[in-house]
Amino acid sequence: MSTMTATMPSSALDQDWRRVLRWGLICGGVLIALCLVGMPVELDRRELIERYLSLGYVSVLMIPILIGRIAATQVVLEGVESRKQGLYDLVTGLAVGILGGVSLSVLIVALDSWNLRDPLVNWSPKLFRFLTYENGIGFGLMAWIVTCGLLGMMGAASHVVPAMVRRVSGIVVLSLLGISVLEGAIEDLSEGFRLEWLTDLLYAKKGGLTLTSAILAGAAIAVVAVLTSGRVKALTTSYREKEGADRQKASIILFVVVAVLVIVLPIFLGKIMNELLANVGLFLLLALGLNIVVGLAGLLDLGYVAFFAVGGYTTAVLTSPNSPFFAPEMHFGFALIFVVIFAIVVGLVIGAPVIRMRGDYLAIVTLGFGEIIRLLFLSDWLGPYFGGAQGITNIPGVDLGFATVKGTDPRSVFYLVLFFCAIAIYVSWRLQASRLGRSWMAIREDEQVAETMGINTVNSKLMAFVVGAVMAAFSGAVLAAKVGSIFPTSFMILISIIILVVVIVGGMGNIAGVMVGSFVLIGVLGGPKQPGLLQEFQNFKLLIYGMLLVFMMLKRPEGLVPSARRSRELHQDEFLQDAWLKGDKPGTDDDDGETVGDDGGEEE
Amino acid sequence: MTTHAVSTKSAKRVVAVDRFLTFIRIFLVTMIVIGLLAFIWQQIDADNVFARWRNPGARGLTGDQFKGLLISGLSQGSMYGLIALGYSMVYGVLGFINFAHGEVFMVGAMTGFIASDKFAANGLWESNFLLCLALIMLMAIFFSTFTAILMERVAYRALRNSPRLIPLITSIGVSFFIQNLVLGLFGPATKSYPRLPEWLADQRSILTFEIAGTRILVLVVAAVSMAGLWYIVERTKTGKAMRAVAEDKEIASLMGIDVNRTIVTTFAVGGAMAGVGGILWGLMFRSVTHMTGFLPGVKAFTAAVVGGIGNLGGAMAGGISLGSAESLAPLLILEPLGVPGVSQLKDAVAFTVLVLVLLFKPTGLFGERLSSEDRA
Repeated sequence: MSTMTATMPSSALDQDWRRVLRWGLICGGVLIALCLVGMPVELDRRELIERYLSLGYVSVLMIPILIGRIAATQVVLEGVESRKQGLYDLVTGLAVGILGGVSLSVLIVALDSWNLRDPLVNWSPKLFRFLTYENGIGFGLMAWIVTCGLLGMMGAASHVVPAMVRRVSGIVVLSLLGISVLEGAIEDLSEGFRLEWLTDLLYAKKGGLTLTSAILAGAAIAVVAVLTSGRVKALTTSYREKEGADRQKASIILFVVVAVLVIVLPIFLGKIMNELLANVGLFLLLALGLNIVVGLAGLLDLGYVAFFAVGGYTTAVLTSPNSPFFAPEMHFGFALIFVVIFAIVVGLVIGAPVIRMRGDYLAIVTLGFGEIIRLLFLSDWLGPYFGGAQGITNIPGVDLGFATVKGTDPRSVFYLVLFFCAIAIYVSWRLQASRLGRSWMAIREDEQVAETMGINTVNSKLMAFVVGAVMAAFSGAVLAAKVGSIFPTSFMILISIIILVVVIVGGMGNIAGVMVGSFVLIGVLGGPKQPGLLQEFQNFKLLIYGMLLVFMMLKRPEGLVPSARRSRELHQDEFLQDAWLKGDKPGTDDDDGETVGDDGGEEE
Repeated sequence: MTTHAVSTKSAKRVVAVDRFLTFIRIFLVTMIVIGLLAFIWQQIDADNVFARWRNPGARGLTGDQFKGLLISGLSQGSMYGLIALGYSMVYGVLGFINFAHGEVFMVGAMTGFIASDKFAANGLWESNFLLCLALIMLMAIFFSTFTAILMERVAYRALRNSPRLIPLITSIGVSFFIQNLVLGLFGPATKSYPRLPEWLADQRSILTFEIAGTRILVLVVAAVSMAGLWYIVERTKTGKAMRAVAEDKEIASLMGIDVNRTIVTTFAVGGAMAGVGGILWGLMFRSVTHMTGFLPGVKAFTAAVVGGIGNLGGAMAGGISLGSAESLAPLLILEPLGVPGVSQLKDAVAFTVLVLVLLFKPTGLFGERLSSEDRA
């Protein structure tokens, strides 16, 4: 697919200008789109380094760096001698960045001369002021062209500078960004540990790091990064290379550390952080269920929210005194028994008709079922039983005898969710290597072959549906007890898709991956209605979810924390090719995005 | 011995699922038949016991009401048909559901809104409506086509040989992305098309059918676009190339067909159809938001499946039958069964039609046209 040859450019200006132009235009397009979506202006309110840098500027400035880096990436082909990267790539990055800056300048001039506020809601004087830094149009134009050019060059420079420099500066920038962006969480945590003096030192009163603290923290992190260089990697490789009993031992230690952390940490956290953890737990529970359906059995269930709704509504009807038709006011524990029963029944009823369908038909039909169930709960027909659009309110908390789990006490909710998550993780873990789990994986890879090998595909698939349904229903039950009321609008299709993103970004078919996925996505960006750590992203998180889904599918379909087997299956071609080139058995090494990541070669 | 025992056991379980499916089939058909019979009885004699069995208050429909429902179903259905063509063509050629196709439709409707709003602001909309209509149609086609092509280039091209579900998941992401990009660019408010001129919006009587002029326009434009598409696919060289690529990409490329270009053309033609559909939608319902594409998109896919995916005539026929079913079935079947508030269940009916078709005739009413590898 690539037409890359080993011809060397004669000088730094002997660029492939068409390619540069293309990346420059992409860079400009992304920048303009970002501005018109309103991200920079909205994020500008959040200061990262007091008076010097806001999150809004970071969101714009990182674009030329990223695209400069991508544009200067070289396709490295096995067996073809590659050019040593240097000045040539810096020029590429510079040109790409300048083109991006020029596009922004065009936007500034346009903002100044026309008013397109009517269709474009973010075409505002605010954007103009943001882009010109309140210093007049001439300054704005020059500043953007120069800065973007330099940043593009910086991005390209990441290929040129020694690995050590790249690593340390990357770590410093990322952790400074982390420290400043996660200010709220860190302050909450330090309050719990009585370390307020530290955050007072670090952050300015009105929010954001002070310039001095940013420099000092950066230096400290750089020192740590230099000192630990190589150790972390050695540790992870030694973990990866361990086999058998050793590996198991290491895994158990890791697991215990994480478990203790998760159990102890909430005690020190404030209300908001606990609320956030509880939300993460709810979505983790959902994601673990979907992981079985999509990740293990390979059934793309887009109506997964239906089971969530079943759990929520069953709990609501059985425990709330306000249930319109039938209100036994059961205890949550008893209600759970019925939640399981109904989840199994609905899982079977939805599963049975779709089980023989082609994978993609299955996706759309389950999507249909998800909508049907929501519409039924909303309709006048079932309104007398489930309250229609008014929903069911006044759902009591969970009375445990010694404590009551209620939405007003997010810490208790978190522990309840944790309990269910622990069960779900244990069940998924035991199922994965079981006969059933292996048959799911076989079906995922090739249904016909699986059937030929004697696997009862129909039964296995139904089991996947049922197990997934029960987990989602548990999540729904906890949601009902937590929020105290249930409405049809709590169960939009959106939720199915967000859980799908969580599972895919984390790593399909891998429990650790799903955990990482829900922490990173739900915890940081937030769920469909629940705010995450980055509350500023509230209006943009769905955009980011969509982008992430596409990006992951294109560049890393196995997810952040891949399951070894799944990633081997997805990259079969590459493994075979590697094996062929090296002349030995299939390699264990995974590509790192450094050697791929360029589609510039395929246009011919 | 043991293997024998296992196999009989599993065979029994498979039978259990099949029995359940048969039960569902019989149940659904019985419901439909009872509903229809009760409806017919209502029409003949509203005081009949059977007619009043489930729904004592039912009075049936008058002839005019029925005609009105039929017409609204047909015009809505022809829009579904236009969108369904895009699904069907892409499925035929690449073998995956382009979930984001509904968003292409939405982009068309949105473009139409922006352009018509501007025209209305400077008076051109009233003074020269036909010119405006032509212009917004062209713009919608342009932007929809552009979106479809960009989508193919950025997201789908690299995934052509990956497992079937991967492009589908990608297209869900693309759909999500476009929805929220449009939300970010144009805001969450519902956007209303300017008023249509009276001579178009007026009711008129054709063959005893009372039809609003807008619906006639929708039906005519849909018919013309369909005819144009049929001509392109069946009579031109490009169309021949498309059919060849749909049959077998590798062999088509050996025959000197530029597979890449043909696939782009397929996306472009599907996008253009969706653009036309978007404008028609805007003219008929006069409102558009960033979520406009979702439900019509899923329903259009349903229409494509109903007609047999990969089959273009089938897509149009499927769209029209789905539209009619959606507008008639609540009153013909659900109301006589005593279900209150049937109009809320319109969307549920559409999905039930999908399930019914897949339960009874998974290849659609008019048969699939796919290459053999996709059929697996």
